[in-house]
Amino acid sequence: MTSTSRSLFLLTALVLGFAFLYIPILSVIVFSFNESKLVTVWGGFSTHWYRVLFDDRQMLEGVWLSLRIATVTATGAVIVGTFAGLALARFGRFRGRTLLSGMVAAPLVMPDVITGLSLLLLFVAFAPLPLVPDRRGFSTIAIAHITLTLSYVTVVVQSRLSTMDESLEEAAMDLGARPAKVFMAITLPIIAPAVVSGWLLAFTLSLDDLVIATFTAGPSTNTLPMMIFSKVRLGVTPEINALATLMVGIVTVFVIAVGVLMSRQEKARQRDIQMALADR
Amino acid sequence: MAAPSYVTLGERMSAQPGRILNAVMRSQPYRSSHGLLRRAGVTGRGIVIAIPWLWLLLFFLIPFVIVLKISFSETQLAVPPYMPVLDWVDHQYLQVRLNMGNFLFLMKDPLYLDAFLSSLKVASLSTVLCLLIGYPMAYGIARSNTSWRHILLLLVILPFWTSFLVRVYAWMGLLRNNGVINNMLMSLGVIHEPIVMLQTDFAMYIGIVYSYLPFMILPLYSNLEKHDQTLIEAAVDLGSRPFRAFLQVTLPLSIPGVIAGALLVFIPAVGEFVIPRLLGGTDSLMIGRVLWDEFFLNRDWPVASAVAFCLLIILVLPIMVFQRYQMQEAGGGSKR
Repeated sequence: MTSTSRSLFLLTALVLGFAFLYIPILSVIVFSFNESKLVTVWGGFSTHWYRVLFDDRQMLEGVWLSLRIATVTATGAVIVGTFAGLALARFGRFRGRTLLSGMVAAPLVMPDVITGLSLLLLFVAFAPLPLVPDRRGFSTIAIAHITLTLSYVTVVVQSRLSTMDESLEEAAMDLGARPAKVFMAITLPIIAPAVVSGWLLAFTLSLDDLVIATFTAGPSTNTLPMMIFSKVRLGVTPEINALATLMVGIVTVFVIAVGVLMSRQEKARQRDIQMALADR
Repeated sequence: MAAPSYVTLGERMSAQPGRILNAVMRSQPYRSSHGLLRRAGVTGRGIVIAIPWLWLLLFFLIPFVIVLKISFSETQLAVPPYMPVLDWVDHQYLQVRLNMGNFLFLMKDPLYLDAFLSSLKVASLSTVLCLLIGYPMAYGIARSNTSWRHILLLLVILPFWTSFLVRVYAWMGLLRNNGVINNMLMSLGVIHEPIVMLQTDFAMYIGIVYSYLPFMILPLYSNLEKHDQTLIEAAVDLGSRPFRAFLQVTLPLSIPGVIAGALLVFIPAVGEFVIPRLLGGTDSLMIGRVLWDEFFLNRDWPVASAVAFCLLIILVLPIMVFQRYQMQEAGGGSKR
């Protein structure tokens, strides 16, 4: 195999691979504008299914509930996950470190059915105790989702911290700043991009979860994925195409916007550092 | 012209938390409580460690103990639908009732063993397929020039941000009897009868490979990207053909990435529920689906717990290997 044929092979692999990843998503977007009720036969352009979607009160309530759960989840996961990332990246050896890093890594791969069932059994077992929500719903789903997503935040924050220069924090400490102040004034601004992407990651994971939410939800709670699942189980419905297109569109715009903003800030920061160095 | 505004934005962002913190630390409640906490041995460092540690202990580790406990219980028509394992007799003696029946039941009924075996088979084959598709893609991204590399990487990550359920649903529309693929093949005259693809093992494999492919590509890419190109060039200069150089230099070096990617696909795929339920046939035996049905249809919580516990035992070893890798990755990063 020569190197030309190697690059040709790699190019083919990339083109086919990305076609595999994107054709399903594109087909959903195209057919969301389909006039025909037969989902896969083209009957002309129409925004009919978007109107159907916006008239579906139940679906909109599911969207609203899921957005609220995802907001609480992402905020909780960012707080707990940043602490865990900080402890693992900066505190050296401490008692319980191995256990903590193990408990952070395992949820990343644990099958959802196990996490969901075990958390439900926990909530049921502790239900008679005071301070525990005796009706399952919003709070139990949020607790389950924070547990699921905080590992992702920890990994992102930890890897950002481990590539970051510790000398800035040490300098602030030498100048007499308290640890909490060093964190707020030095560490947090630098790891801010990681915290933001951790928040977004936790938000989308929570918005997306079906299995754990179904286990930990009460009988009257219906999140968006639970509604999609119960509709999809009966077959393909054009309304879901419209919903999916909106979700894909919002996520794409958001991820790209955040990416551009953060890379600009990073560049500005790098330029500041260089200018500060040049001034000396 | 835009640049200075970003600089000030950055400055404002970094100054703000500090100012708020200063105000908090000067306030009377903070000062008095701070001194009290100090004396009680509570430090900021201790709190930072304790919060995630206790959270994960309570909501991740202890639940497994409860799963084990319930798996030794018996079903009963009550709320909750199982008999207590631990019971106080006359408020004096703690009675422990261990019922091995659920585990014996799992061993006796071939359904469960078959489900475990076929889940392992499906997960292994999907992992191999992900590797075969993902490796050339990760290699291609790592070898492309810098500006392309960022775009391609974003394209790998983007599906991960969009709803998993929606992406599985997308395949239902493509694979149905009157779906996009069948319609296209029939209008081209390749086939005259639609090919049954949805609710077959074929659809299930496509769904799993499709959903987990980014998890294979990302760790492989981050491994391949770090390789020293001079090693390959040296091998080629010494007369090795590019393919041989790949087999003898690149492939062995990328084994950690292969293992990480394989575990990220294999472990969750073994317990997968949504994909077998929506794309697989009614006869597809996946353990995640069996567990779900035991719990939600049969309402047999003890048997569902026993299934979950067995699944956990099977996955303990791969999860521990993954944890070791994850720790090395995090530790190795700090040395850079």
